[in-house]
Amino acid sequence: MSVLTAIVILAVIAALFGLLLGYASIRFHVEGDPVVDRIDALLPQTQCGQCSFAGCRPYAEAIAKGEAAINLCPPGGETTMLALADLLGVEPQPLDEEHAAEPEKTIVHIDEQTCIGCTLCIQACPVDAILGAAKQMHTIIESECTGCNLCIPPCPVDCIHIVPVKIVPDTWRWPLPENKNTAPMA
Amino acid sequence: MTRKKHPLWQFHGGLTLAGKKAMSTATAIAKASLPAEVVIPLHQHIGEIGEVLVSVGDRVLKGQALTLPKAYVSAPVHASTSGTVTAIAEHPIPHPSGLSSLCVSIETDGKDEWIALDPVANFRDLDPGEIRNRVRHAGIVGLGGAAFPTAVKLNPGPVHKIETLILNGSECEPYISCDDMLMRERAIDVIHGAEIIAYALHAEKCLIAVEDNKPEAMAALEQALVASQCDRIEIVEIPSIYPAGGEKQLIKILTGKEVPSDGLPADIGLLVQNVGTAAAVYGAVVRGEPLISRIITVTGPGIEQPQNMEVLIGTPMADIIAQCGGYRPDAEKLIMGGPMMGFSLHSDQLPIIKGCNCLLVKTTADTALTTQTMPCIRCGECTKVCPASLLPQQLYWYASSKNFDVIQDYHLFDCIECGCCAYVCPSQIPLVQYYRFAKTEIWNQEREKQKSDHARIRHEFRAARLEREKQEREEALRKKKEMLARKKQAEAAKSTPTEDPKKAAIAAAMERVKAKKASSDAAPQNTDNLTPAQQKLIEDADKRRQLSGKE
Repeated sequence: MSVLTAIVILAVIAALFGLLLGYASIRFHVEGDPVVDRIDALLPQTQCGQCSFAGCRPYAEAIAKGEAAINLCPPGGETTMLALADLLGVEPQPLDEEHAAEPEKTIVHIDEQTCIGCTLCIQACPVDAILGAAKQMHTIIESECTGCNLCIPPCPVDCIHIVPVKIVPDTWRWPLPENKNTAPMA
Repeated sequence: MTRKKHPLWQFHGGLTLAGKKAMSTATAIAKASLPAEVVIPLHQHIGEIGEVLVSVGDRVLKGQALTLPKAYVSAPVHASTSGTVTAIAEHPIPHPSGLSSLCVSIETDGKDEWIALDPVANFRDLDPGEIRNRVRHAGIVGLGGAAFPTAVKLNPGPVHKIETLILNGSECEPYISCDDMLMRERAIDVIHGAEIIAYALHAEKCLIAVEDNKPEAMAALEQALVASQCDRIEIVEIPSIYPAGGEKQLIKILTGKEVPSDGLPADIGLLVQNVGTAAAVYGAVVRGEPLISRIITVTGPGIEQPQNMEVLIGTPMADIIAQCGGYRPDAEKLIMGGPMMGFSLHSDQLPIIKGCNCLLVKTTADTALTTQTMPCIRCGECTKVCPASLLPQQLYWYASSKNFDVIQDYHLFDCIECGCCAYVCPSQIPLVQYYRFAKTEIWNQEREKQKSDHARIRHEFRAARLEREKQEREEALRKKKEMLARKKQAEAAKSTPTEDPKKAAIAAAMERVKAKKASSDAAPQNTDNLTPAQQKLIEDADKRRQLSGKE
C-alpha cells in the first residue's frame, strides 16, 4: 500500500514538473541559438571559407554542434582560437604552423586598366565591397573589404591583387619590449 | 596682495625629481627664424582630420586655414607663414612609429604676410557659442601634449555644470620650461585666457596651479592678476611632486576629489586646461589669431644652447636645433616631450606640431644607464609610486602574457604612462612600454571587432537581399505561369461550344497520316518477272526477317 502511495506521489510530482518544463520551454523560448551567436561574434567575419565552411556563421554552427575544431580560422589567428577556447571552456588547440603567426591584414585591389567589367567578382564578394556594373570598371570599397580573397578565383583576367593594409600612425601598435631576462617568475 | 592659502590634498605615490629646468630658463623666449619650408601635418590633434581647402601651387597667407573640420571632434590646421603650397602628400611626422601622414608643404616667401584677422575688443560681446566657434576655427588644441580639441572641451554639454576651471601651470616633468617661460613673459595672456574660458563655461571659479619651483612665474601671474582685477581667479602654489601636472592628480591636489575611472573631470564639475592653451584661446578670441606657433623648450645635456623658442608650426626640428647651437658631440637621442613621458624620434627632419612642448637631446652618458633589464623581483616599489593607485607589477605580468581581458580588470586604461614605476624599478624593466603595448593591442582588437561586426551586418544584409531577389524571381515566374494557365483556360472555355478549328485541323492531319500509312502497307513493288536467283534471295531475306522477329 505504502509503495503504491509513493509511486502515485512521485508520478504526480513528475507530471507537475513535466508540465512546468513544457510551459517554460514555450514561455521562455529563445529564437536562434545563443551559443552560435556568441561564437559567430568572435569570428572575424571575413566569410572567406578557409575553414572549409561556407562562411563564418556555418562554421560557428559547426563548432556549436561539436563538429568542427576551434583552430580552423586563419584570419582570426591565435587570438580568435584563444577566445573560442575561453568561451567554450575547451583546451586551446594550436593552429597549423603556417597560420600560427598573426596573419597580416590584407585587402584586394582591382587593376582598373585590366578589368573588363564582367561582374563576376561582385557576385563573389560576401560583403558587397565591390562597386561596378556590366562592362563598367569595377573598384574595391577599401573600408568594406575584409580581405577574404573570394573575388580572386572568379576573375577571368586576373586583375585583382592582394595588398597589405597600410599601417598609419593611428593604427600603429607599440611592440612588446624585447627582453629575455624578464620572463614572469612564479 | 597677500596670497590666500588654498587647502591642498595629496595624490598617491609620485616622485620628487630633479627639475633640471634652469638650463633652459636663463634666456628669454627667442623667436625662431623663418624656415625655407614649413610642413604642416593635417592630423595634429585627437579626432578626425578636416577637408583640405588648398591645392598645390596655391599662394597661402599666414593664418589661412588649410583644412576645414567636418567631424565634431576635429581641428583645422593653418598656414604658419605666407608662401606657396608645394605638396600635399605623405611626410614623416613626429610619432613613436616614425610613420608618415598627410601634410601640406609650404615654400615660404619670407614676407610672413598675415591674412585679414577679425579681432574683438571685448570678448564679453560674444556669447559662449561664438567663443567656442572662434576657438574651433582657430585650431586650438590642448598644448600640454595631448592635443585634444579645446572647443570640444569648452562644450561640456547641458548635463555637466562646470563649477571650477583649473589652469594647469604645474609643468612637473624635468627639463621642460615652456609653460614657465610663458607665464613669466606673457602672464597677462594667460590671465585673459582664463577669464575667457571661465566666461565661456559659466565657471564661477578659476584656479591657476603653479608648482613651487617656479617663483618667477608665480610673481608674474600675481602681478597680471592684480592688473586685470579679475576676482574669480585664484593662483595656487602646489608642491613640486611628479606628476602633479597630470589632470587627475592636479584635481586631487586642488580639490581632494577623484575623477571616476572611466569618467571625465566634467563629471565632477571641473575642467582642466593648460596655461599655454589659455594664452592661445586669448589670442584666438581677442586678436583673432589661429594657432600657428607655440613655445618649445629645446634642452638636454646634448644641446649646445638650451633655451625656449617660439616656433612656427611646421618648422623642421633640425632648423630649431641648429638655432640652439646644434648638437653636442656626445648627443645620442632626440626625444619629443620630457624624459619621463616623451618618446624618441627617428630623425630630426620632422615638423614641429601643436602638441610638441619639448625637444630633449640626451647624451650617451644618459642612455648608457638604461640598458640592462633584469627579472622582476616583486619588490613593490612601482606600486608605492603609482599616482593612479594601480598595481604596475600585475599590469606588467598581464601585458607580457598578453592577457588583455584581465589587464583591463586591473584598470590599465587609468594608467597615465607617467613612467614613475619604470623610474623606480630596480630591475630597470621598461614597464610603460608594456602598458603602451597592451593599450594599442586592445585598441586594435576593438577596431577589429568593430570591423567584423560591420562585415557581419553587410554579409547578413547581402544574404537577405539575395534571398529576397530569389523569392521575387520565383514569385514573378509563378505569376507568369498562372497568367498563361488562365489564358489557356479562357481560350478552352471559348472554344467548347463551337467546333475548334485547331482541333479539326489536327484531326484532318491525323486522318491523312493514317491513309498514307495504309497505302504504304500495300504489297511490295517490282516483284514481277524475277529470276529464280532473285526469288531465292527474297525468300531467304523473308525467312531471316521471320527468324529475327521470333527471337
